[in-house]
Amino acid sequence: MLKNRLATVLIWLSAALICAVFVCLLADMLRNGLPRLSWSFLSQAPSDAGRAGGIAPIIVSTGLIVLVAVSAAAPLSLATAILLSEFSSPNSRFCQVIERSLEVLAGVPSIVFGLFGNAFFCIYLGLGFSILSGGLTLACMALPIMINTATVGLRSAPDDYRLCAAALGMSRGAALLHLLLPAAAPAIIAGLMLGIARAGAETAALIFTSGYVDRMPDTLMDSGRALSVHIYDLAMNVAGGDANAYASALVLVVLLLIINSLASSLTQHWLRNRIMTS
Amino acid sequence: MTTNTSNTSHCADNGNPPEHAYTLGPLQVGPPCCDPEPLLRVDNLSLHYADKIALENISLAIYRGCITALIGPSGCGKTSFLSSLNRLTDMIPGCRVSGSIRFDGLDVRSPNLDVQHLRRDIGMIFQKPVPFPLSIRRNIELPLREHGMRSQAEINDRLQEVLRDVGLWDEVRERLETPAQALSGGQQQRLCIARALALQPKVLLMDEPCSALDPIASAVVEDLISRLQGRYTIVIVTHNLAQARRIANYAALFWMQERGGRLIEFGRCQQVFEAPAHRLTAAYVNGQRG
Ligand SMILES: Nc1ncnc2c1ncn2[C@@H]1O[C@H](COP(=O)(O)OP(=O)(O)OP(=O)(O)O)[C@@H](O)[C@H]1O
Ligand SMILES: [Mg+2]
Repeated sequence: MLKNRLATVLIWLSAALICAVFVCLLADMLRNGLPRLSWSFLSQAPSDAGRAGGIAPIIVSTGLIVLVAVSAAAPLSLATAILLSEFSSPNSRFCQVIERSLEVLAGVPSIVFGLFGNAFFCIYLGLGFSILSGGLTLACMALPIMINTATVGLRSAPDDYRLCAAALGMSRGAALLHLLLPAAAPAIIAGLMLGIARAGAETAALIFTSGYVDRMPDTLMDSGRALSVHIYDLAMNVAGGDANAYASALVLVVLLLIINSLASSLTQHWLRNRIMTS
Repeated sequence: MTTNTSNTSHCADNGNPPEHAYTLGPLQVGPPCCDPEPLLRVDNLSLHYADKIALENISLAIYRGCITALIGPSGCGKTSFLSSLNRLTDMIPGCRVSGSIRFDGLDVRSPNLDVQHLRRDIGMIFQKPVPFPLSIRRNIELPLREHGMRSQAEINDRLQEVLRDVGLWDEVRERLETPAQALSGGQQQRLCIARALALQPKVLLMDEPCSALDPIASAVVEDLISRLQGRYTIVIVTHNLAQARRIANYAALFWMQERGGRLIEFGRCQQVFEAPAHRLTAAYVNGQRG
């Protein structure tokens, strides 16, 4: 029984350790960032290389970059997931090649994506350093994880639904739309969230693609500085920018949390409504 | 095997069940199908899964308006047989069917047949009830809409009609908008039957519809099935021999042989149970091992 005791203690210890890391991180961020946080910080443009002023244009740029990334990646990944899970068998050569490439893609360091994005979107397609290039590069990065979660979600939708819908003479498309996608919705949304989180927290890939410019963007073709790039810049390149870096980090974390909880509560609400109403 | 044993006319085509349909002794009177007219005709059907043969040279006829019971030990291919009738085997990768299946003059296996239409005509009920994760109303409405029924009034009429048919109307009329998955198992199975009936199929394939239910729910479903006799052509797989005896007009015994499932005996229910022609049938219906 000593073994059991020991295992319990170890498990508790590791859990406590993880919590401690999280609490330390949060406390550090709150202690250093909270004093700086104010309405004017959120609504003003940065000045003096970010040491003073706020982060309004940077929040807008971040939002636009993430928006571009999600609107490019979500339909693509959903379509791929549907193709993989519904219209090809998991053992087929085709599936295996795609899945293997996705695995490789998921493991590629973000700096490589940055270089690729720079070469392809900025230079080859002539989009230059722009929010569009940055968003599209992030879309490429987020694709593997979004495709994987959506595929797993769809595959784990009960086979009975497929069979039963077919036995009722429903087309595969109808079964997909009315039964399988809703059943997989939580997984698909979770994948979307992971994708957004990855996009929102990305620095390296954006430095080469959407650039450093901290002005308010007018169009998607303008260069825009993302929050994470801003934090990196303040912390690394600007002496005396630490306080604002902490405050920006806090904003980033809170934004991600808000998006996350909003999305999950919206899905829940939608799923519940779907049962009730026609 | 298709000789007409009953000379008293019990044609059950008026929509009402014949009087003896669910008393325990209809077999003495003979089943109520007077002029057996094949609705489905299966000839030399063989079915393979990948490299494994599941059914070999099955030939039998399913008669219009009658209940045909498929019996036989586990794994002898009854479910496979049912799924080949409505081409559900198309959904299984590696499954090949050969032979001929004719449904009302139609070649079921023809590649340019409208499968969705076929499955509308040949409904199927599964062993485990599969209500969709939708409201009770939506469960019935969804397939109807998929088959092009637009008017809400028409849908409501159909909904009420089929729910009454399966005896569920009084139980669920107050909660049509609640999730179907909150129903009890027996209610779910009856909902699934109602959902299939809503499409007004000609044939209903039932794969052990009572085996996941307790005896009372199972009796309710069984009553329902015998009430459907005459209005629909029913093929039912069951491991419950007493049940097969009670409700079926025809019985077919499948058996697993070295190479695959085979049809051992097919005939009037009474004859199969009381005067079986094959040694294995006699042993099986008497509960001995073959
Ligand atoms: N999808 C499948 N892939 C491969 N083999 C299968 C598949 N489905 C069934 N089989 C095989 O085909 C044979 C017949 O199976 P089937 O499900 O038709 O039997 P059954 O008579 O319905 O049995 P039970 O009474 O247990 O339901 C079995 O040996 C089974 O292993
Ligand atoms: Mg079976």
